[in-house]
Amino acid sequence: MTTINSKIPEGQLAEKWSNYKAHQKLVNPANKRRLDIIVVGTGLAGASAAASLGEMGFKVLNFCIQDSPRRAHSIAAQGGINAAKNYQNDGDSVYRLFYDTIKGGDYRARESNVHRLAEVSNSIIDQCVAQGVPFAREYGGLLDNRSFGGAQVSRTFYARGQTGQQLLLGAYSALSRAVNKKQVKLYTRYEMVDLVIIDERARGIIARNLVTGKLERFAAHAVVICTGGYGNTFFLSTNAMASNGSAALQCYRKGAYFANPCMAQIHPTCIPVHGEFQSKLTLMSESLRNDGRIWVPKKLEDAKAIREGKLNPTDIKEGDRDYYLERRYPAFGNLVPRDVASRAAKERCDAGFGVGNTGLAVYLDFADAINRLGKKVVEEKYGNLFQMYEKIVDDNPYETPMMIYPAIHYTMGGIWVDYELMTSIPGLFAAGEANFSDHGANRLGASALMQGLADGYFVLPYTIQNYLSDQIGVPRFSTDSPEFEAAEKAVSDKLTRLMNIKGKHSVDSIHKKLGHIMWDYVGMARDAEGLKTAIGKIEELKKDFWTNLRIPGNKDDQNVELEKALRLADFIEMGELMARDALNRNESCGGHFRVEYQTPEGEALRDDEHYSYVSCWEYQGENKAPVMYKEPLDYEFVKRQTRNYKS
Amino acid sequence: MSWLINSSIGRKLIMSVSGIVLVLFLLFHLSMNVAAVFSAEAYNTICSLLGSNWYAVAATAVLAAIIALHFTYATLLTLQNRKARGSNRYTVSARPKGVSWASQNMFVIGLIVCGFFILHLSQFWYNMMFTEVLGHEEATLCDGTTIGTTDGAAFIEYYFSHLWVVVAYLIWYTALWFHLTHGIWSAFKLSGGTMRYGSNDGKLSPTFWLRSSSSASPE
Amino acid sequence: MDKNINIKVKIWRQRSPKEKGFFETYNLENISQGSSFLEMLDILNEKLINEGKEPVVFDHDCREGICGMCSLYINGHPHGPDEDVTTCQLHMRKFHDGETITVEPWRSAGFPVIRDLMVNRSAFDEIMQAGGYVSVNTGGVPDANSTPIAKDKAEMAMDAAACIGCGACVATCKNGSAMLFVSAKVSQLALLPQGRIEAARRAKAMVAKMDELGFGNCTNTGACEQECPKSISITNIARLNREFLSAKFKD
Repeated sequence: MTTINSKIPEGQLAEKWSNYKAHQKLVNPANKRRLDIIVVGTGLAGASAAASLGEMGFKVLNFCIQDSPRRAHSIAAQGGINAAKNYQNDGDSVYRLFYDTIKGGDYRARESNVHRLAEVSNSIIDQCVAQGVPFAREYGGLLDNRSFGGAQVSRTFYARGQTGQQLLLGAYSALSRAVNKKQVKLYTRYEMVDLVIIDERARGIIARNLVTGKLERFAAHAVVICTGGYGNTFFLSTNAMASNGSAALQCYRKGAYFANPCMAQIHPTCIPVHGEFQSKLTLMSESLRNDGRIWVPKKLEDAKAIREGKLNPTDIKEGDRDYYLERRYPAFGNLVPRDVASRAAKERCDAGFGVGNTGLAVYLDFADAINRLGKKVVEEKYGNLFQMYEKIVDDNPYETPMMIYPAIHYTMGGIWVDYELMTSIPGLFAAGEANFSDHGANRLGASALMQGLADGYFVLPYTIQNYLSDQIGVPRFSTDSPEFEAAEKAVSDKLTRLMNIKGKHSVDSIHKKLGHIMWDYVGMARDAEGLKTAIGKIEELKKDFWTNLRIPGNKDDQNVELEKALRLADFIEMGELMARDALNRNESCGGHFRVEYQTPEGEALRDDEHYSYVSCWEYQGENKAPVMYKEPLDYEFVKRQTRNYKS
Repeated sequence: MSWLINSSIGRKLIMSVSGIVLVLFLLFHLSMNVAAVFSAEAYNTICSLLGSNWYAVAATAVLAAIIALHFTYATLLTLQNRKARGSNRYTVSARPKGVSWASQNMFVIGLIVCGFFILHLSQFWYNMMFTEVLGHEEATLCDGTTIGTTDGAAFIEYYFSHLWVVVAYLIWYTALWFHLTHGIWSAFKLSGGTMRYGSNDGKLSPTFWLRSSSSASPE
Repeated sequence: MDKNINIKVKIWRQRSPKEKGFFETYNLENISQGSSFLEMLDILNEKLINEGKEPVVFDHDCREGICGMCSLYINGHPHGPDEDVTTCQLHMRKFHDGETITVEPWRSAGFPVIRDLMVNRSAFDEIMQAGGYVSVNTGGVPDANSTPIAKDKAEMAMDAAACIGCGACVATCKNGSAMLFVSAKVSQLALLPQGRIEAARRAKAMVAKMDELGFGNCTNTGACEQECPKSISITNIARLNREFLSAKFKD
């Protein structure tokens, strides 16, 4: 059996990263100029990695599918970024940030990686401030912090409700500077369509120019994938329309392990689905749960009357309301972690207490907060979110309670990487949401930004040198080699095959079907039976896709439908992999909830004895079941406990 | 100093500085003409002080150069801006709320101002300074009336006894008003000052004041 | 209350930058007023695909008003008739039954059309590359709290930094000027001590690049500010003018 070597350095937890840096191999400046690195993606991880590697002297090729690097979906993150600065003097420390992240991840993350993340978190804040990121400040001129779910300290730095935007623009400005200095060459509106492997090392990519439709070849000494998560497998998610898992799947098909694919985070506060035509779900910041109270009617007949439009929420008397989070989790109330809040909402709606015309919504009520604080204070705190809600729903949240429902938001799973962020293919690295490394089974709020930037600014620039140090003698590659030839031909054949289906259904219509299967069987509550059904249905859908798809236009031309079709083919594969992984994991942990494995009170029941491992899936070929390897998670420094938000 | 010609902000600076000089001239001109309201004699004294004296002719030449500069740059900028809009025009376009009509039609208003300006020159400057420079002491008007070149008051009386002239001048003043409200405001915006008068909508109210944007300075 | 409406959409179709474009009008029935404008276009495209025709190409991505990818000149307004929203946040309840909606691409020499409603805005990236940054390398920077910044300065910098780079300012400007975009970045960085050091260099470099790329001359009409989905103020333009002029006079 293949053993997974995660290359965790020796030593005490707090010394591992220092030890690694002290002993790793480096590349001298003259040699850096001779080494090329491809970075795919320009989100927080991609832009920060490309800029940093470029500054160091490597020749970097950076790709993105949008018209500008600044559009990457990191830009949409609202809340903030965590760091263990302890500026508030409230007892924070690197260890505490590490511990909270491990605990929040339900003990399914690698200790060493998470500790490193906590260590470099402070440098991220310093870096961003130096770049001119306008973080919120106190009157004294120093940085302000807010608190977030899953922590007892205030360690979240923020820039209004647009922290992701400001951090990405900071990374984008560093990238722009590197482009100006000719350290990075930028390729916008290019989509990676395959990975090229020469002598068992990642040596380049095939990319499709989205404007001309032509396939182009790019060679490099190393390839870094920073292409985000695969949440759009569900069709409806908080991800951007173009967010996709294709780059990760291409790597998977070429031999990179895919880790923990079933770990997806469902965010509890999104604006509910309102119709079949809906294209995406909008997130309402988690911060709303600080003052909003979540409820549904206590009586089934009230819920029914509301759904039929016969009653308004304001007609329901206080005694007839069920504040179910406060009822079930008295200690944390409305501020339980995301996975817990999401499941509780689904439980109520499945039991028939849901509101809204679809019955798939619960109320988030600010009446109490307005009474207590006054409308003005509420407006100051949440005005922009209320306005956003009103624009979408056309309902005034100051007067009638907001309606919310959970939605797919983030994927903790991703390409498997070792301590150096290198995948199981030598020379192929993965950073940011695209890798699986740091969040275990559930990600805490304000930690995604931290991880993306940590990987790109402070981890990868070190670890990639350890790999490249023995590559300095390798000359630049020609893209005329048989390997490039074969890879391009394979892609071209696939495109031809897609164009030749000439069926009747659009890409989106099939994607919506996939979304329904995923949401119904691989969503918030999973069971073995349902997961098996899902695998069967996805198989059928795959056939449907390959026989009934219709793509207008031409292959060698700009063709948005063809782009979407390529991504959907991968989402279908991804969906199946998620279901397989969820079926394998006979326990409930974090975002993965198996109905069979719960406590009598309906809480997640983890099985540390049998499932304390990272599941690493290896591709075996088309229409063959993948093989799973286990990377055991040894907790040397932290004692595992059951998460408790009740008392 | 080639940036004055090569950069968009440099060109804007030339427009605003030349515009401000013309506004100052207008104020100077206005203050002299006010005399005519109170005393024809006083006004004629001013006229004779200027007349074809070398300093007045020199100042006129400078003024003409500035007008030419302002006009040339306005034409140049308008052509450049049209090019920057691209070859296809919008089929439907709406003026956004809060954007003044004047601000979007400065060139057209400027042309109207120019047209009346030529009329004004032909009525006064041509018959007064220009005729005097040619060596005549009297100007003969189209209906045969003769008026002394320094008798400004008589020119005013003659022309403004025609109704169409009065109407034409009122139109001119209106156009000028629109041109100046946006022009002056824009010129101050250029120098980095922030105007405070209710809103940034480009309308000039009598109570505007300037607030230097100290926020842009290093500290 | 939202209801279903029937509309006509008159959409600009253009195969490539060089080919001549034209309008095509489509009838759409039973469009929910609760759907967003882009969802309406999704429905139209679905219909076109089912009819075997080529769908309308338009830029979009996050669909929550922050990435700046969506554009569209709708009934004479960039991002449509609603205020302070991007096209992806515009909802069909802003339109009435029987209405004909005209949809055009951004029209500016700086933003050539790629296809249909999709335009090329890489000019904005090039302007940013000319100087829209603080010149620091990764690592070796001082502690984040070592330089206090007055709260109001930080807030003003944040106001300017809220720009999403969508290009509505250029699209709506009768002069095709990119001053609001450029000034927002110059202002953000000039207001902060970190960016102050190279403020003069930045202003000159970014303005030079903007002029080189064929954007027009700003005449302070203020249309950009009015149509900006993020309400970026033209006070930033005044600040840029000042930065630029003082830099040039110092040279």
